[in-house]
Amino acid sequence: MSIDWIHFTPWTALAGGLVIGLAASAFVLLNGRIAGISGILGGLLRPAQGDLAWRLAFLAGLIGAPLVYILFAPLPQARIEAGDGTLIAAGLLVGLGTRYGAGCTSGHGVCGLSRLSVRSLVATASFMVAGFVTVFVLRHLIA
Amino acid sequence: MNILSALAVGLVFGIGLIVSGMTNPAKVQGFLDLAGNWDPSLAFVMGGAILVGLVAFRLAGKRERSLLGEAMRLPTATAIDRRLVLGSLAFGAGWGLAGFCPGPALASLATGGTKPMLFTGAMLGGMLVFEILERRVATGRTRAA
Repeated sequence: MSIDWIHFTPWTALAGGLVIGLAASAFVLLNGRIAGISGILGGLLRPAQGDLAWRLAFLAGLIGAPLVYILFAPLPQARIEAGDGTLIAAGLLVGLGTRYGAGCTSGHGVCGLSRLSVRSLVATASFMVAGFVTVFVLRHLIA
Repeated sequence: MNILSALAVGLVFGIGLIVSGMTNPAKVQGFLDLAGNWDPSLAFVMGGAILVGLVAFRLAGKRERSLLGEAMRLPTATAIDRRLVLGSLAFGAGWGLAGFCPGPALASLATGGTKPMLFTGAMLGGMLVFEILERRVATGRTRAA
């Protein structure tokens, strides 16, 4: 292992993380809910009365975020290396996996670990390990 | 009021994702590439978020109602079972393949061109498959009972 000092951005990463933490904190304190993106999105497919509006509002804010961001600063560069087929396979895995695993990076990784949940720690360790192995195969075995 | 706060929280959450660099899949994969040129940034994102979250969830755990008067809906599940682990492993594999998890994919939809749309469409498809399978299991159980 070597550290990628060129791309490593500790300060913006930490600042962004604090903002994400503030958002998750505000959500649990104001709305009494977990800011877990896969759960909020997936819940749309299981309609229950009075459950739709807050989900749509949250997602509208999240989807609208870059449009607000560009009013103040140019968006940071984004590079997607995966081809279309890989993106579709990845999307299916993420959709199925986050619903069976009942959470993703936000629900388990941020909120669950903040709650000191052992269940979320196991989930986070599982998706991290799978991510490490997948990128290892992608970049070092088949590339 | 809770609709407005959800909108605001979603917006702030998305801004945080953009600031943190997590809407760049190559950067996320740079974190997952332990054997290569490793970019530790994502660990700082999670560390920063958890630092704030630790305080908030401690406060939230003591409350019966939210500040807006809503019921507190904190997770009660503690089971560490096959669903949790296999589901999370599948999620991690997809995350590594694309460099997208659900939040950053959604925060890239409006400005990222067709690729985030493709990923998000497939992700919704995966979630729909889950719902269909779950409903089938549920009706099977009712019939058996």
